[in-house]
Amino acid sequence: MEKPLTQHINSLSIPLTLKEYQKVGGYAGVRKALKEMTPGEVTGMVKASNLLGRGGAGFPTGTKWSLVPMDQDQGAKYLVCNADEMEPGTFKDRYLLEGNPHQLIAGMIIAAYAIQAGTAYIFLRWAYKKAEAILRDAIAEAYEAGLLGKNILGTGYDLEMNIHSSAGRYICGEETALLNSLEGKRATPRTKPPFPAISGLFGRPTVVNNVETLCWISHIVENGTDWFKGLSLTETGGTKLFGVSGKVKRPGLWELPLGTTVREILEEHAGGMLEGHGFRGLLPGGASTDFLIEEHLDIEMDFQTVAKAGSRMGTGTMIILDDKTCPVAFLHNIERFFALESCGFCTPCREGLPWVEKILLAIESGNGRMEHLDILRFQTKYLAPGNTFCAHAPGAAEPLQSGLNYFHDDFVSHINKKKCPWKS
Amino acid sequence: MIKIQIDGKYYDADPAKNLLETCLALGLDIPHFCYHGALGSVGACRLCAVKKFRNADDQKGKIVMSCMEPVMEGLIISTEDKEVKEFRAAVIEGLMTNHPHDCPVCDEGGECHLQDMTVMTGHNYRRFDFKKRTYQNQDLGQFIHHEMNRCIQCYRCVRFYRDYAGGKDLNAFSSRNNVYFGRTEDGTLENEFSGNLVEICPTGVFTDKTLMKHYTRKWDLSNAPSVCVHCSVGCNTIASERYDSLRRIMSRYNGEVNGYFLCDRGRFGYEFVNDEKRIRKAVIRSKREQPAEETSDEILYSTLENTFAPGKKVIGIGSPRASLESNYALSVLAGKDNFYTGISGKEQQLTKTVVDFLQQSGIETPSLKQIEKADAVLILGEDLVNTAPMIALAVREASRNLGKAMATKSGIPTWNADPVIQVAQDFKSPVFIATPFKDSLDELSEDTFRGTYDAIANLGFTVASILNSQAPGLKLKNEEQQALAEKIATTLRNAANPLIISGITCGDEKVIQAACNIATSLHSSENKGMLSVVLPECNSMGLAFMDGKLFDDAISLSDKEEIDTLIILENDVYRRATEESVDQLLKKSKQVIVLDQLTNKTTFKADILIPSATFAESEGTLVNNEGRAQRYYKTIVNKDQVKESWRWLAECIRIKNNADAVQWKKFDDIVSSMISDIPAFKKLKDYFSDADFRMINEKIPRQPMRYSGRTSINAKIAVSETGIRQDIDSPLTFSMEGTHAIPPSSLTPFYWAPGWNSVQAENKYLDVPNGKTKGGDSGIRLIEPKDNPTNSYFKPTGENIEIQKGEWLIVPVYQIFGSEELSSSASTLAKRIPEPFVYLNPKDAEELKIKDKEMIQLEISTVNLSIEVKIEESIGQGIAGLSISLPGMPFIDLPGKGKVFK
Repeated sequence: MEKPLTQHINSLSIPLTLKEYQKVGGYAGVRKALKEMTPGEVTGMVKASNLLGRGGAGFPTGTKWSLVPMDQDQGAKYLVCNADEMEPGTFKDRYLLEGNPHQLIAGMIIAAYAIQAGTAYIFLRWAYKKAEAILRDAIAEAYEAGLLGKNILGTGYDLEMNIHSSAGRYICGEETALLNSLEGKRATPRTKPPFPAISGLFGRPTVVNNVETLCWISHIVENGTDWFKGLSLTETGGTKLFGVSGKVKRPGLWELPLGTTVREILEEHAGGMLEGHGFRGLLPGGASTDFLIEEHLDIEMDFQTVAKAGSRMGTGTMIILDDKTCPVAFLHNIERFFALESCGFCTPCREGLPWVEKILLAIESGNGRMEHLDILRFQTKYLAPGNTFCAHAPGAAEPLQSGLNYFHDDFVSHINKKKCPWKS
Repeated sequence: MIKIQIDGKYYDADPAKNLLETCLALGLDIPHFCYHGALGSVGACRLCAVKKFRNADDQKGKIVMSCMEPVMEGLIISTEDKEVKEFRAAVIEGLMTNHPHDCPVCDEGGECHLQDMTVMTGHNYRRFDFKKRTYQNQDLGQFIHHEMNRCIQCYRCVRFYRDYAGGKDLNAFSSRNNVYFGRTEDGTLENEFSGNLVEICPTGVFTDKTLMKHYTRKWDLSNAPSVCVHCSVGCNTIASERYDSLRRIMSRYNGEVNGYFLCDRGRFGYEFVNDEKRIRKAVIRSKREQPAEETSDEILYSTLENTFAPGKKVIGIGSPRASLESNYALSVLAGKDNFYTGISGKEQQLTKTVVDFLQQSGIETPSLKQIEKADAVLILGEDLVNTAPMIALAVREASRNLGKAMATKSGIPTWNADPVIQVAQDFKSPVFIATPFKDSLDELSEDTFRGTYDAIANLGFTVASILNSQAPGLKLKNEEQQALAEKIATTLRNAANPLIISGITCGDEKVIQAACNIATSLHSSENKGMLSVVLPECNSMGLAFMDGKLFDDAISLSDKEEIDTLIILENDVYRRATEESVDQLLKKSKQVIVLDQLTNKTTFKADILIPSATFAESEGTLVNNEGRAQRYYKTIVNKDQVKESWRWLAECIRIKNNADAVQWKKFDDIVSSMISDIPAFKKLKDYFSDADFRMINEKIPRQPMRYSGRTSINAKIAVSETGIRQDIDSPLTFSMEGTHAIPPSSLTPFYWAPGWNSVQAENKYLDVPNGKTKGGDSGIRLIEPKDNPTNSYFKPTGENIEIQKGEWLIVPVYQIFGSEELSSSASTLAKRIPEPFVYLNPKDAEELKIKDKEMIQLEISTVNLSIEVKIEESIGQGIAGLSISLPGMPFIDLPGKGKVFK
């Protein structure tokens, strides 16, 4: 089984140097793209590969690029790598950043070339100190080797690459809040349209892609679209980094074909539940996705299939809820996070999430009332997509709405017993 | 126009507007918070939600925010859909989880947009049973009270203060449900437009601290449409009264003039009306400068019989801060030949240059709204934010036109505020500023030029000659300056809507002439361009139409002959000429009669002092710097002996003519007389409503509808109002009874509509948000560009003042707080007036061995001052900027040469 993204990441996570990476074929895609292909051909190829964004939303990457105006307007354009990985339970980008920074840099050079951006930024989660050091060294190496800077590989193409260490807000993962933050403004999402491809960083056309997405680019350019499509078990191309956290035998991260079933990931790769712990449910792709339960274990992990089951694949890093953990406390923990991370711009999110959090805490601590459940159910509708300014609150509502549904009895028993049954 | 469907009915809609604006323009009640006509949409509050349907078959629909929704042909929406109504109520419910419900002790109560929206959405019962969040409030200075717990985080305040008005010291801090709007630390809000936060804020976070001192609920206020008297721009205001004191000033929307806003001088200058220095009783002095004795009307009239006996020489001194009608009454009393303007000779000369030019040329003098539309601006010699603050605000808006054009090019509608800002980034329409020292608009300028007025004028003449070879030109010796002139000329030529702004407060005619030449050049070669000239006072322009004689001639007259009686109308003439010359004029006048509102140096010398009504106690017409005649109406019924100046003067005329009754019984009478005497004012009669104007047989009430204890006290006996004070001068009534229809904009005393108790009710008075008022904006322009211009170019002298060592060019410095006479007597605003100061260049200060804030001697003509130094980087060496018109400063003819020494 091919594992293109992680093949050069060793168990100690000591990244390959530029030299070492080039020895094993690294940057071949950059040479091919810059020397043999037009920007339009690169975009066309990525589009044809049907690479879907790996940040969680699964938007087609090539389509995103093709929205960037490519006319004679010679003003600045930007490529931004979204490395602000702050989704609870998600650690896939960190693995790629620390394990093989040159894979990302190569992908970014090609992506920037495709949209003819002159400047690229890596917007990095503040806590990723190790990744920052590794990236800085790798970027310096790339500049040294003429892979960044003026006249890359003698092609006449110029690209500057910068790292921006974020100040640490979840909302910065939202691509337009990220852009505001990068401009030094309050990290609140922007109005869309216009989309960043038209008016992004500093008002200029900008593409924002996730780390894992950009890591694919060089491989696709080198190996072609058919190869890429062949990697997956479903129609969406490629492999995916899948992770599992929670009370399982071997929590971890694996590069597997898209379409691998939840059961396979959970039972074969993660080794199944820890002794003495039963399975109750899982959040398939970070905290902002709907619960899946026992009956969903045989679905294939891919954007469309998980959506059909009423959830989202998101980042593909699952959080497992076991029977020794109180689902109300579990949800309270999640909603507390989302309430704290609201940017405070729009009313439903700013005022709704703290209310949800307070109710969950009240129920968990034995002060819940049946009317609270009505309010919670109402809030999940009130925080629906379109009602709020961005996807933050709708994301926060996903585990809540499915949790209220699947764990209804647990909520009721908290209220009736006036205490958490998991606590003695 | 396109067709859209709202709740099953078809409407015509303008595709340039968003859906919320469209609905509001149609008169539909769409709740909203964060949208504001002048600020556009950002989609933060989510209250303006409506249901949008894909097509006629779509039964489910989708909730969208109407403020963020473009209007497209065939759009189908519902505002009444059950789901969307529930959603809007839920937004309020969310806001109420943290709002303190302190309406009974909140100054906003009764005119609160949040109250209105809460009722409108139908959210009633609280389900939230947890603790609310609380904040610390800040001391924001004398004008604005801060109460953050009430905040609903609509972001309007920072969008106005920072994005619109260019303020720096108010910001949004923190995040989630802890967002805080304030300063980094306690302290006075620095921006000159901070008072607008009171109206912008939909709830009681920012309230009027001056109103707090004598607080009255909106429903207990009696109001009148008024016009600001504190500069020449003539912003429209609502003046509100209770128990004979003026309680506050709010903005009265005028789509051509001030729009939604006012400056802080205009909003907080009103307190002079209630001041202790007000003259409320007529007094007669047996000896000048001695204590005076109060007198009755009867004794006063009999004293005046002698004054106006046949053969007596009576001289009248008019005023640029008195109404047209009062000035006219004085000119009738004294006779046209004996009517003097009461402004300095130089001011009169400069005003005449401006007025003649505007009347003879084909050039448009723009309204504030037109200034906002300019895409290139050249400011010549005028420190706008201190002499005409609202023009500075309009220039800020104009500077954003390039960004808006860039957004439009990217397909972004201009109402979509956030993307427009993103696209615009730091791109601004070009603004060039040529002034002797720093200017608050410098930060948005393309280039600034610092120099003497000669240098500024020469730059201007050069620009004119580059634009049109027929304009007599100069070639600047300094290459850098020549290049700047070329750049300015090219920019103005390439602009679609270029604007030149100048003003006469600089005191240098060449600067005005240069501005006129540029405007003429642009107009004759490119057929475009506007010229806006700032005048010193609220009726400077109107006075120019009165054709009075030079005040300086009155002074010289007193050299030659004795004057029997000198009548000074609402004018502290010590602000108009040197102390010695005014002293002489008064000395040579056997009798000095002063009509004024506040005591001042001149009133102290009056033999007879007559209490005049302020703008709040009278009707009157003022002409702003654009030539727009506007009328204010009384909100306070005169008490004590206070009367309108024109009424006093009418009595004088009666006495003089030995008539039984006054010629002008009511305001309309004097207006008719004035119009027949001065043809320039003919349009006034056609435009302004007479006192007998009725709306469906009813007068317009000054008070909002009955709500409070005020009306219920006697309700068990009778519900109709008793003891209504009659108003013979206007179509308004001192009552809550009268028409409930929307009056013409010039007669709008307050904003109210069913369900809309706050100032946001003004939407109901407009064609469309930020558009025109229904039935047209208030005011009538007396100056229009001529089709066949008869003006010619002014010839530059090329003069370039040389400043010798030890000699200084002293130029005037104005202050928003302090430079205007009446507002300087407003007790709160007075606390913001700086001590008199002089700007010195740091190098000059070093040579003089003087440090910042130390005292220095300044000598010019016959005046010697000991004055505080402010070291100012931007002022040139050899130039000293003197804070000329602050309270306590003597009259000095500036610019002029003088000496500065330790």
